[in-house]
Amino acid sequence: MPDPVTAILLTPLFAAAVLAVLPGYRLGAALNMLACFASLVFAVVLLFDRPPVGVYLLVDDLNIVFVLLNCFIGFTTSAFSASYIGHELQTGRLKPIHLRFYHAMFQIMLFGMNLALLANNIGLMWVAVELATLTTVMMVGLYRTAEALEAAWKYFILGSVGIALALFGTILVYLAARPVIGDGLDAMIWTNLQQYAPEFDPSLLNIAFVFLLLGYGTKVGLAPLHAWLPDAHAEGPTPISAVLSGLLLNVALYALLRFKVLLAANPHAIAPGPLMIGMGLLSLIFAAFMLYRRRDIKRLFAYSSIEHMGIIVFAFGMAGPLGNFAGLLQMTMHSLTKSAIFFSVGHIAQVKGSQRIDDMGGLTESHPLLGWGLVAGVAAIVGLPPFGVFTSEFLVVSSTFAREPILAVILVAGLLLAFGALLSRLNDVAFGPVKGPIGRVHASYIPMFAHLSLVLMAGIWLPPPLVAWFQHIAAILG
Amino acid sequence: MVAPHGLSFDVAHMLAGGLVLVSFMMLYQDRLTALLHVLALHAFVLALSVAWQAHIQDAPHLYIAAGIALAFKAILVPYALRRMVFQMGLHREIETVGGVGITMLAGIALVALSLEVMLPVTAHTDPVAREDIALALSVVLIGLLMMVTRRNAISQVVGFMSLENGINLAATGARGMPLVVEISVAFSVLIAFIVIGVFLFRIRERFDTIDVGALDRSRGGQR
Repeated sequence: MPDPVTAILLTPLFAAAVLAVLPGYRLGAALNMLACFASLVFAVVLLFDRPPVGVYLLVDDLNIVFVLLNCFIGFTTSAFSASYIGHELQTGRLKPIHLRFYHAMFQIMLFGMNLALLANNIGLMWVAVELATLTTVMMVGLYRTAEALEAAWKYFILGSVGIALALFGTILVYLAARPVIGDGLDAMIWTNLQQYAPEFDPSLLNIAFVFLLLGYGTKVGLAPLHAWLPDAHAEGPTPISAVLSGLLLNVALYALLRFKVLLAANPHAIAPGPLMIGMGLLSLIFAAFMLYRRRDIKRLFAYSSIEHMGIIVFAFGMAGPLGNFAGLLQMTMHSLTKSAIFFSVGHIAQVKGSQRIDDMGGLTESHPLLGWGLVAGVAAIVGLPPFGVFTSEFLVVSSTFAREPILAVILVAGLLLAFGALLSRLNDVAFGPVKGPIGRVHASYIPMFAHLSLVLMAGIWLPPPLVAWFQHIAAILG
Repeated sequence: MVAPHGLSFDVAHMLAGGLVLVSFMMLYQDRLTALLHVLALHAFVLALSVAWQAHIQDAPHLYIAAGIALAFKAILVPYALRRMVFQMGLHREIETVGGVGITMLAGIALVALSLEVMLPVTAHTDPVAREDIALALSVVLIGLLMMVTRRNAISQVVGFMSLENGINLAATGARGMPLVVEISVAFSVLIAFIVIGVFLFRIRERFDTIDVGALDRSRGGQR
């Protein structure tokens, strides 16, 4: 049995190499699924068999949640992608050569994200985030229409600027660490940084955090740096929208959380909370208003992702055991729900041949499974009980009311605004007279319903071991 | 630690200051070919600066980073972009650079800001690193300024490259920073992709111009 960490990283690389040369899209899609499943198995093994901390790689209680979520959604998305991509081939939007490229890129993207999560070195983490960004840029531009190229270009330029600022922040962290830890690699290793953080120069650390917040915050999609996100979600293939919302935003958030822990450990540095709270609330309110004017269904849910990342960053900014717990739960629930929504939206857009909300109607009648799946997904994402998002949003709101009532009022206002916007859109799309083509759809419903039932289960009953685990992580995050 | 008034400090300081100066030269270039020449100069000054850091820090791996800067960023990329500009027939075009005076003033304000921010907080670090980081931040901010004031995709790429040069300066200035070479390779890959991206935009002939404003129009109203 190989070391699970190495296996998680090598499986996608190996699969990418094979997928790049493998003819036949069915075989490619199957192998893509298989590789994702293997990564998921290794991620589960990681729970029980944790390798020792290395110079470059690290497995600890925090990142294991992210890795597990990453591998799980990677696997379900590959299953969705298998049924989605065949349709794209039939309609001629993509050619077989594009699919080979697509599958290989899918694996490299998963590799980049897992490497970023498992890195014990802030430089390595930066390189991995860049790799994940580059691969997603190429996927977003896959259709090569004017809109897709525009979205990819915008994502590219904004993402590059974000990533450049993050590197500047990383260099500043190194400068802060160097006098304490000494020259060289040691001063870039997480576990060292965490240990010696109380002795770092606080003012350098402060400035570093501002750059890191702006840099990685661009990738999280925080307003006012979110401009790339709706375009990238709307114009790329839908599996990529699902992965962007469900995974890539989380990876950037994870990087931010790591640096937040450093800052929190230093008694003289500024508290990272207020900055995160401010950006989180701004994103939430902004996205809630933007939801009202959307005409493209994928754009609509992209703005909903900005809204939710706002809530999550807000919760982590509030910090404390309850705030962090709520943030973690919200993040997990959002990833699962949003990717389920994109699974459904992807097939719907294929049937209707359009992403315009005006071209859709009566979906629960014409395509009951997809339509009701979408209804359940939207009900979950707006925070209706009994779904898990309700639990986590309730925790965020109630813990905020207890500490900062004014902030809680703003938070609730944003949540209600988004609630109204999404439900009224859902009403247009899912109910009423049937609009547009009603062709049959070769959909795989399992990924969508698997995600939704997990979210439903979490809303009804959170298993005690999971609660204990998340509480433990919340304590680490401070 | 390098003495604050020795020759090695002065040369490092001069080269970093030179980089800021060349950044300013970019701000008022309204012809693409001229802008690309300044970009090559920018990367050349960076290469000198990195090589000097390699010398005074006695860090031979930095010579590799300097070599990458020289070969890739000072020669290859400007050459490729220049060919593209000629192929697209953009070499005669004059880009509207809104208000040179205001842009220059904004640039000066950004330099003042970065010195004001960085010098106090780095008071306890190595003086060479201190100056380098402050000047590097200026270069980064001027690069950002360039990216927001220009509408042409190639000018934006040039702005991004100058921004990235600033980050390279900061990374080499931080004594003993590991992975500098790896990071500069990663950045080179990024830039190569950007250049290829610009090229693809053109050969697909989806747009008549690579003015980014045209991209906004192609969105076809609100969606």
